Amino acid sequence: MVGIVIVTHSPKTAEGICEMAVQMARPGQKIIPAGGTADRRIGTDAAKIGEAIAAADEGDGVVVMVDLGSAVLSAETALEFVDPELRARTAIADAPVVEGAISAVVQASLGGSLNEVLTTAESARNLRKK
Amino acid sequence: MTNVYVAAIEAIGEAMIRNKEYLTDLDAAIGDADHGINMVRGFEAVRGKLGALPPEADLATVLKTVAMTLISTVGGASGPLYGTAFLRAAAVAQGKSAVDGATAVSLFMAAVNGIKERGKATRGEKTMLDALEPAYEAFAAGVGDNKPLPDCLELACAAAERGIEYTKTIVATKGRASYLGERSLGHQDPGATSSYILLKALNDFCRRRPAEEA
Ligand SMILES: Nc1ncnc2c1ncn2[C@@H]1O[C@H](COP(=O)(O)OP(=O)(O)O)[C@@H](O)[C@H]1O
Ligand SMILES: [Mg+2]
Repeated sequence: MVGIVIVTHSPKTAEGICEMAVQMARPGQKIIPAGGTADRRIGTDAAKIGEAIAAADEGDGVVVMVDLGSAVLSAETALEFVDPELRARTAIADAPVVEGAISAVVQASLGGSLNEVLTTAESARNLRKK
Repeated sequence: MTNVYVAAIEAIGEAMIRNKEYLTDLDAAIGDADHGINMVRGFEAVRGKLGALPPEADLATVLKTVAMTLISTVGGASGPLYGTAFLRAAAVAQGKSAVDGATAVSLFMAAVNGIKERGKATRGEKTMLDALEPAYEAFAAGVGDNKPLPDCLELACAAAERGIEYTKTIVATKGRASYLGERSLGHQDPGATSSYILLKALNDFCRRRPAEEA
């Protein structure tokens, strides 16, 4: 299954999103939080994100969900340091982090490919609330 | 013998510590009030990491150490941005034992391009680039005119200072301040300010140590 990594500024946000997403996931689905800094302050940490990407990968690839701007910068920086083969099968989703994470997890648990999971996550941009 | 590159970075770190509150106050106006805290946390970690290097560490090693430490300790957008700048400069420094004018220009250029590549910003978006890019251009022009390197750094600082003033006149379209839209007008950008502080610290350092260049 494609693994999912959740990158948010607050460590609690990432953990909370993972808790929500697990409810929709098949057993064994990797959903790894990588929120906050190493000492659990608000922020993002490329090293932590890189480790989460490695931990989420089972060979089928990883989709990374991000919240605000600097989470994107840290996730892209993290990709520079992961193994090139893993980097080639990792994608950062351009999607709202909560809705995107739920959509991605459902698609990943259905056995979707990296591209399918990414597309599904990104189509969460169009989910209406009213 | 102290390592001149390490000493130069330490001088930058001290300047960040002196300006911690100033940078944080600027970020309070148009951001999340942490830029000074972020920079100081990063450079304090850097000081620890540099202290563990062998005294003969070359420029590339020093720059790479700074890069990796900033990337993993700063926490804010400035971490991956300055981290990437130092990382790209480290790649240029690889194998170089002394820094002449041409090398200094390529180090500076690689750093600025690293920030552009990482943040996908261009000049005029109210970011550190509004200080750094004109500073680079002034520096390169000075080297082109065969001016001594400290004088080129002086030109870079003056250009960065004008860049800070310019950021007051524009609306942020990149980074956290862009959430404020028009309300970011009139405020100077914290990242542009820390870029100036960095260059100024380097300039002061070079003037204290003539004939050496970091
Ligand atoms: N995409 C970007 N490109 C260049 N510089 C940026 C970008 N985003 C933010 N910055 C710079 O980072 C500074 C803010 O740094 P900091 O406060 O440490 O991070 P954060 O905004 O995540 O809290 C801004 O003042 C701006 O100069
Ligand atoms: Mg900030």
